[in-house]
Amino acid sequence: MAILVSLIIGGIFILSIGKNPFEIYALLFKGTFGTSYDIGQVLFKATPLIFTGLSVAFAFRAGLFNIGAEGQLYMGAMLATLAGIWIPARFPSLPSLIVVTVCIFAGFIGGGCWGIIPGWLKARFGVHEVINTIMMNFIAYGLTNYLVLEVFSVPETIHTPEIGLSARIPRFDALLGIFRGSPVNISLLIAISFAVLAWVILTRTRLGYEIRAVGLNPKAAEYAGIPVAKTMTLAFFIAGGLAGVAGSNFVQGFKYYYEDGFAAGAGFMGIAVALVARNNPMGILFSALLFGTLSQGGLAINTQVPKELVEILEAVVILAMVVMTELFNRWIIKQKNLS
Amino acid sequence: MAGQLFKVILLILVTAILGGCSGQNPSSTIDNKEKIQVGLVFDIGGLGDKSFNDQAYTGLKKAAAEYSLEMGKDIEYLEPAEAADRETALRQMASKKKALIFGIGFIFSEDVNRVAKDFPETKFACVDYVSPANEADIPPNVVGLKYKEEEGAFLVGALASLVTKTNKIGFVGGMQSPLIKKFEAGYKAGAHYANPKCVVIANYAGMTPDAFKNPSKGKELALSIYDKGADIIFHASGSTGLGVFEAARDKKKLAIGVDADQYDEAPGYILTSMIKKVDVSVFEEVKAVHDNNFANGIRVFDLASGGIDYIYNDKNKNLITEDTHQKIEAIRQKIINGEIKVPSSLD
Repeated sequence: MAILVSLIIGGIFILSIGKNPFEIYALLFKGTFGTSYDIGQVLFKATPLIFTGLSVAFAFRAGLFNIGAEGQLYMGAMLATLAGIWIPARFPSLPSLIVVTVCIFAGFIGGGCWGIIPGWLKARFGVHEVINTIMMNFIAYGLTNYLVLEVFSVPETIHTPEIGLSARIPRFDALLGIFRGSPVNISLLIAISFAVLAWVILTRTRLGYEIRAVGLNPKAAEYAGIPVAKTMTLAFFIAGGLAGVAGSNFVQGFKYYYEDGFAAGAGFMGIAVALVARNNPMGILFSALLFGTLSQGGLAINTQVPKELVEILEAVVILAMVVMTELFNRWIIKQKNLS
Repeated sequence: MAGQLFKVILLILVTAILGGCSGQNPSSTIDNKEKIQVGLVFDIGGLGDKSFNDQAYTGLKKAAAEYSLEMGKDIEYLEPAEAADRETALRQMASKKKALIFGIGFIFSEDVNRVAKDFPETKFACVDYVSPANEADIPPNVVGLKYKEEEGAFLVGALASLVTKTNKIGFVGGMQSPLIKKFEAGYKAGAHYANPKCVVIANYAGMTPDAFKNPSKGKELALSIYDKGADIIFHASGSTGLGVFEAARDKKKLAIGVDADQYDEAPGYILTSMIKKVDVSVFEEVKAVHDNNFANGIRVFDLASGGIDYIYNDKNKNLITEDTHQKIEAIRQKIINGEIKVPSSLD
C-alpha cells in the first residue's frame, strides 16, 4: 500500500518532465530484478545499509540518536584496511578465515572507538550526542582523507594500496557462480548474522534489557539500579562497531582498497533504514533491501531521467513509506480499541 | 475516503496513459540497427560542472548530430552517485550491448580495465586515463585518452611572459598532484623560453580534491601573487579559479583560464584560456568506432592534433598584439615540429 502510494506520487513527478511513468517503472523493475546480476546488485547495495541501519537502531533503543554512523563507518573501514594490508604482509601463512575475521573485528573496534567518544561525552558531560556525532563525522572524514592522500598517496589515485589476498571476503559469484558479475559477497551473510545477534542482545540479554530501560526512561532506570552512564557508553560502542563493519562490503568484498569517500552517505541512509523498520533489527533486513532496490533502480532509470529526479523519487518513496507505516499502525490500534 | 482515493488513482492512471500516448516518438519506428550505440558515465559531480563533464556532453551532442543518433536511446549516459556505482554503471551500459562506452575522468581507469575484460565485444574509452604500470596490460578493447596539457601551458606561459609589463607572472594550481604539476612545468618552461627575465610565482590551493572547488582560497592566493608584483596569473584549479578571476577584476590585472574558454567569467580581464578539447576527443572516438577504425592503447591529444590549444579570437584580440601573436604561433610550430621539447614535470 505504502509502495503503491509512493509510486503514484513519483509518477506525477515523472509525468511533469514529460516521460511515461509506466515505462520508467518497468525499467526500474527490470534493472533491479531483471537478471540475477541485478538482484546481486540490490543485495550488494543493501549490505552496508543493514550495518548502518542496525547501528542507528541500536543506539536509538538506548534513547540515543546516532548521526555519526557515517564517520564510524569511515574509521572502521580504515582500520580494517590497515589490518588487511598489514597482517597478510606480516604473516603470509595465516589462513584466510582468521585474517578476514580479524579485519572485521578491526572494523568493529575502529567504528566502536569512534562511537564511544560521543557516547562518553553524552554520559559524562551531558553534551547532546547529535552535535557530538556530527562533529566526529567531520573529523573522521578529514582524518581518512589525510591518510589516503598524504600517507598512502598512491600516485594518480584516491585510494590506498590493495589489501592482501587472505584478507578478502569471497564473492557469491566466485564461490557458487550465482549473481554473475556482481560484487555481492559473504558480507551479506555477516550482516544478517549481526542483525540476528543485535536482536538477541536487545531482547534476550540483561544488557539489552538495561539498554531498553535507559532508552525508555533514564531516570527510572537509574532508580532501578541500572548504571545509566555505562550503559549509554556501551550502547554507543556497539552502535559504532556495527557501522564500522559496514565498510567490509566495499573494502574486503569489492575493490580491495579503501577509496576516499567511498561510502557516500550510507551512514546517513542508515537513519532512514532504521526508522522505516521502527528500529527492529529483523525489520532492518527488509528496509535495507528496499533502500538497496531504490539505489540500484535509481541507477537503472538514470539513462531516462536526470539524477536530480532520481533523488527526488527516492526521497518521495521514503516519505510515503514512513507516513504510511505510521497511518497503518494507528489504524491497527484503532481496530484493537474497537474490538 | 476510499472513494476519493480511487478517483485520484483513476485520474493519475488516465493522465499517465494519455501522457504515454502523446510521448510516443515517431522516429522510434525507424530501424535503429545500423546506428552506433554509445554509452557514457560521468564523473561524480556529473553534468553542469561547466568544464570537464559538460565538455564531454558537448562531444556526445556533436556525435548525435553527425550520425543522427537519438539522445536517451542510441546515446545514453549515467551520473553515478557513489564510488561503487562507477563500475556498476559501466557494466549496466555494457550489458545493453553498447558499441562504445566512455568513462569520464582518471578515476575510471581501473574500473574501465576491469569491466573491459568481462565485455570483450564492447569498446571502452577513458578520458585522462592512467595506464597500468605496463602499457601492454591495457586491454585490447580499451583506449586511454591523454592530453599534453604541458604543451598548451607552455604556449600560454610564453604569451604571458611577452605580455607582462612587470616581468613577473603567477600560477595558481588546485590540488598538488602530478597532473597539475604538468601545467606548472609547461607554463614555467614557456615563460622562460620566450622571456628569460620573466619570474614565475607559483602557489597551490591545497592537498585534497577540495582544492579544486575553493574560490575564496583562489582569490586569496591570487591577491597575494598580484601584490608581489605579478600582473598575469594562469590557473589550473577548477572552480577555485573563479576566485582568481575575481582577484584580477579587483586589481585590474589579467588572468588566464583553463580547460574551456573562460573569457566570459571576467570579460576584459581574461588574457586567454588554455583549452583541453574533451569534446573533440569524445567525438573522435565515436567517429573511430563508427568507421571501424578503433585502435586500443593510449591516444594522445596535443597541439599537433588540435586537442590542446589556446584561445585567440575577436574577444581577446585587443589584449594581444599582432607581433606577440605571431611569436606564439611560431613557438607552436616549433613544438609541433619537435624543435622545442616541453617538460612534463618540474624536475
